[in-house]
Amino acid sequence: MLPRLALQNAQRIHGEPVHAVEAGNLEKAFGAVQALRRVTLEVPAGESLVIFGPNGAGKTTLIKILATLMRPSSGRLRLFGRDPQRDDDLRRLIGVVSHHSYLYGGLTAAENLLFAARMYGLPDAAGRAGELIETVGLGARRYDLVRTFSRGMLQRLTIARALVHNPPLLLLDEPYTGLDRQAAGLFTDLLADLRGERTIVLTTHSIEQGLALADRIVILVDGAVAYESRDGLEDQHAVGQLYAEFVRSSAWVH
Amino acid sequence: MGALSTVGLLVWKDLTLELRTKEILTAMGVFALLAAVIFNFAFSPSPAQALALLPGMLWVTLTFAATLGLSRSFVLERDQQCLEALRLFPSDRSLIYLGKAAANLLFLLVVEALILPAMAVISGVALLPYLLPLALVLLLGSVGLVAVGTIFSAISVNTRIREVLLPVLLFPIASPVLISGVKATMGILAGRTLLDVLPGLRILAIFDLMFVVLGYLLFDFLLEE
Repeated sequence: MLPRLALQNAQRIHGEPVHAVEAGNLEKAFGAVQALRRVTLEVPAGESLVIFGPNGAGKTTLIKILATLMRPSSGRLRLFGRDPQRDDDLRRLIGVVSHHSYLYGGLTAAENLLFAARMYGLPDAAGRAGELIETVGLGARRYDLVRTFSRGMLQRLTIARALVHNPPLLLLDEPYTGLDRQAAGLFTDLLADLRGERTIVLTTHSIEQGLALADRIVILVDGAVAYESRDGLEDQHAVGQLYAEFVRSSAWVH
Repeated sequence: MGALSTVGLLVWKDLTLELRTKEILTAMGVFALLAAVIFNFAFSPSPAQALALLPGMLWVTLTFAATLGLSRSFVLERDQQCLEALRLFPSDRSLIYLGKAAANLLFLLVVEALILPAMAVISGVALLPYLLPLALVLLLGSVGLVAVGTIFSAISVNTRIREVLLPVLLFPIASPVLISGVKATMGILAGRTLLDVLPGLRILAIFDLMFVVLGYLLFDFLLEE
């Protein structure tokens, strides 16, 4: 487990609280295709930010940049006040759940978590891996190969893997993809438990699932922030209509 | 965590996966054995000819077998984007290259340990008296093949034609390994000392050093691009 002190230090510089994410005018181009356009975001530590956007809006690109898996073409990015391009150790503060499980099908659930825990250099890697497998309700399947798991079980193990090093920042890129309603509900409950104690940035198409976790929402359209609000998030219908309008206007542009 | 522990963990992971599936070692081993048998049938060499042909047969077999293994190396990582997951760990990302290369080297050495006695039996050439110097040449050559091959394997894994692309990229660049390996092996089997084949060994060592360093420096950039 990441020591508490490190967690507190991650959120403060010289005693001052810092934002978990500070992105200024981020741009990303793949050849002629502009995936992100001047995206500016500030996510205070402990906030849950949900990013809605249609396919091709740039959600995955943004998450990959925040996860330090991709460099922006231009713009400024700081995570907990630190420059991710010059600080390998900063990745200890980030947990990622993507469309893919990031798990090896040929390893057991326990081996997958143990491998991740050891790669993060955790002092009691085996203990931490065992504890998390129990937390996500897979204790009885710990010695089974991951390739035998259902999609729902896989997603629970995926989040266990993302949390193995107890990161204060959790990035989730469309984590509901492929989950049935029941599995999605269980996954939302799991995330709800994490809300508040760590910073969450989640991308999704689903208004219902997104709003269940959001302190603030952003609508990303054509790589740019089209809308941002903390207010009115309890009115799922109104947010849904607003989102549909943005998606429609984007479809007209294309 | 130290660099050595990180590389060790990556090798443990690849070994565990391979021991469960045996995909890479089976493909490489069976191919190498078949190639040795086919070469023998094709040339039907006399004992004297076998001594002259063996270095070429050995290195051609090993290069193709290595290509088979290398082409599967990153496929393990591709399915659930595990390569991306490896890049999320806080260690130096270039260590992924060293871990992958070390696992690939281990697989190739296992195949060499299998194919060397098999070739000795099939061709009727006694290799035991030359074993130590031969092992050194094979080790140096294998490091070179794996150092380049791991870079190209990472580049080609996400292409549809990776099985074709890997040898097309690998063989021209790895030709100094093949040429020097064959020459040094020829010298050793002709009864020369290691000192006599030093120029070939030197080329192999320089090649190894150059491509291990190059792979280490470029790997993260190649993965991102």
